[in-house]
Amino acid sequence: MIKHDVVIVGSGLAGMRAALETCKGLDVAILTKVYPTRSHSGAAQGGIAASLGSSESDSWEEHLYDTVKGGDFLNDQDAVEEYVKAAPKVIYELEHMGCIFSRTPDGKIAQRAFGGHSKPRACFAADRTGHNILHSLHEQILKQGDSVKIYSEWFMHSLVTEGDLCKGVVVSDLQTGAVEVIQAKAVIFCTGGYGRVCKITSNAFASTADGVIAAFNSGIPLEDAEFVQFHPSGLYRQGILFSEAARAEGGYLINGNGERFMEKYAPSRMELAPRDIVSRAEQSEIDEGRGINGEDYIYLDLRHLGEKKINERLPQIRQLGLDFIGVDCVSEPLPIQPTAHYSMGGIPTDMYGQVVIDDKGTQMKGFFAAGECACVSVHGANRLGTNSLLEAVVFGERAGKSAYEYAQKASFGNINEGQEKARILEAFEDIFQRDGTESYNEIRNEMKEVMTSHCGVFRSADKLKHCIDTLKSLQERYKKGKATDRGKLFNTELYEIIELGNMLKMAEIIATAALNREESRGGHHRTDFPKRDDEKFLKHTLIYPGEDGLDIKYKPVVIGKHKPVERTY
Amino acid sequence: MATFKIKRYNPEKQAEPYYEEFQYDIPPGSTVLDCMNEIKWNLDGSLTFRMSCRSAICGSCAVKVNGHATLACQKQAHTMLKNDTIVLEPLGNMKPLKDLAVDFTPFWDKVNKVTPYLQPQSAPPEKERKQSPAEFRLIDDTSTCIMCGSCYSDCNVLEVDDNFLGPAALAKAQRFVSDSRDSKTLERVKQLSEYGGIWDCTHCAECVERCPKPAEPFYRIKEIMAVALEEGVTDNVGARHAISFVNSVKHSGSLNENKLPVESMGFFNIKGLLELVPVGLRMLLKRKVPPIIHKSIENVQDVRRIFRKLNQ
Repeated sequence: MIKHDVVIVGSGLAGMRAALETCKGLDVAILTKVYPTRSHSGAAQGGIAASLGSSESDSWEEHLYDTVKGGDFLNDQDAVEEYVKAAPKVIYELEHMGCIFSRTPDGKIAQRAFGGHSKPRACFAADRTGHNILHSLHEQILKQGDSVKIYSEWFMHSLVTEGDLCKGVVVSDLQTGAVEVIQAKAVIFCTGGYGRVCKITSNAFASTADGVIAAFNSGIPLEDAEFVQFHPSGLYRQGILFSEAARAEGGYLINGNGERFMEKYAPSRMELAPRDIVSRAEQSEIDEGRGINGEDYIYLDLRHLGEKKINERLPQIRQLGLDFIGVDCVSEPLPIQPTAHYSMGGIPTDMYGQVVIDDKGTQMKGFFAAGECACVSVHGANRLGTNSLLEAVVFGERAGKSAYEYAQKASFGNINEGQEKARILEAFEDIFQRDGTESYNEIRNEMKEVMTSHCGVFRSADKLKHCIDTLKSLQERYKKGKATDRGKLFNTELYEIIELGNMLKMAEIIATAALNREESRGGHHRTDFPKRDDEKFLKHTLIYPGEDGLDIKYKPVVIGKHKPVERTY
Repeated sequence: MATFKIKRYNPEKQAEPYYEEFQYDIPPGSTVLDCMNEIKWNLDGSLTFRMSCRSAICGSCAVKVNGHATLACQKQAHTMLKNDTIVLEPLGNMKPLKDLAVDFTPFWDKVNKVTPYLQPQSAPPEKERKQSPAEFRLIDDTSTCIMCGSCYSDCNVLEVDDNFLGPAALAKAQRFVSDSRDSKTLERVKQLSEYGGIWDCTHCAECVERCPKPAEPFYRIKEIMAVALEEGVTDNVGARHAISFVNSVKHSGSLNENKLPVESMGFFNIKGLLELVPVGLRMLLKRKVPPIIHKSIENVQDVRRIFRKLNQ
């Protein structure tokens, strides 16, 4: 059996930042199903938030209020306070590590405006901020040498738990197909999001809910899963991200009538209102027939910014437009539509990255989570742009510290290695033995289609019920598929089938939580309950695996100084 | 209908690779990666390749398309058609594992060799280390590298010399050599001037052609060369070769092919000079020896003027 003091699953910003905290004297492993630099944090473009005040005075108090208002008051304000206070320090740490940032004329870290932020707070590196931070953290991991062991192209199948104690993970090597158990005193999940459940998404093929579902399968609830963020500027049909930085630098959103329609929806912030509001505005324009040529997209127009500014501030966006649709944003507008982008919900943790499994704060000992897969909750019902890179770094560091302290005192738990391995090998064998007529590809496409059309920007009881019924029938059909590759070596088909199983489960959890929340708040909008209902729903949802189906419970929201008020921009 | 001719390899089943053809009608707007996925999902689930972000930032999906390393997600499929065919093969200079997936171990090992992390001089200040926009621009292009391995795959030096660090690792090195916050510039350029480093690049610029980002390794290698010469790290064959080359052209307007090898080896490098003897003798036999007396070209003044303009 492989043994490490701490094993971190996921190698994005949160995972690598956590590793840097835990490797100080402990034996640490990072496990990733890709390679660290291929992690999806690298796709984040626009910036990372901190009240540095490089060009305009700013304070953590303002950052806190913007975040809470942006989250439609579902955020836990005690956690938000810690988070925004920590922001400047973690950004400076990244800079000290060597992270490359764009600069002000006097050499400070440059900052730009961003949706929902009242001050220019987004520290950026052109439109490659996530990429630069990811590579800097990777450099720091390489610097640690043998004290951080990297398992690249390994898949995590399940957690090993007993009662409220976590003892390790069951994993397999993609390249050889070998199944192994990793025994660990502490496990940290930094497994990212699950936007791949939707047809139109900005997420990577790897964002498939493996981590959150492994936790869920161990009896750990998922918090606020109904809150999925739709980013306003996904490339039409593909969903690929055009950063909000495009609007922060002055880009316009234009409908089929040639109007800057945001005037009707958020007159004070226009294109830089929070993402949930902009995405709903776009979808409304499209639904009411004012898409471009009446079709389901609108325009992101950057032409007035000029070639020089576009090349300097938005070079990647220009290239993406050229490569993927042959449109040069210097001379033509970009066709866009809302795209599933970020999951506000996830594995419930406290503000130190410790996983908590109920409303009383009961801990799952030895199990920590950070980044998009976790729900602290600092984002509430809607995350502001640039707050996710910050979340990954702040809570990656905190989860790492907590795991370090815990693992120093803890001992390894007993694991029945043979039994744990057998469970996964049987699951492989089950997939290989299925001789059904269903196509996994069709099942995947139908899931994505129904999630985008029925559990997307606008939801209703009818739509969601249909969505859940469809998902349940897809789960049945999934058992009747047929694999073509039955080999051990680098069997990517096998892993795609396993990922699809995880996503079908996750999609049902999202839709069930969405059906249950009979109100509209942040990223969750119900056309049959269009108002926020603080009396009934100012609380977090917890979805547990139940005897038959899913059990729904709740957890109170930590309200601080800012009492919920109506949210207008 | 397009033909995708794909190099297949699965050592579990068959020791030798072979080509398999798939017929697939490319929908408008599809990238090469979109087609690869559709072939995998609908025609043969065992087709193996890497991919993740499909927006040209994770660097997973580089494969050879029609013989050249290409990021599959970044290219519209119809633009890559040749006689209605697209040929897909694994990246070069790395060992194939299965189908289009290759073993990246040597690639990462070489990145590790360039001390790929910042080595600042002093303890960090309370806030950020200041860096001017001009200083930022020196390291901006290199920071766009996504480690996709395209340059490594098609590098002509690596094809004959495993020891070469390769374009990606050297581009990574430039990111630190030129970073105003790094204190080990001299140590770095000394190390990078050794065998397998910057001077082993043959300037073919294939890596610039293959790079899917503005990182363009050959230009980064040239930047390291310039820093190495500025720092006075000239006691090596590569640097001496460059200096001799420049001096010859500057003084006579053309290359003195008699002087160049001797100056490159170094006048006191007896062993190196002796190694030149057999080459010289072979040249003599083949009557390829340049004239003993090296004459200047007619308008050498013009050449010198160019050098003056370049402040050389």
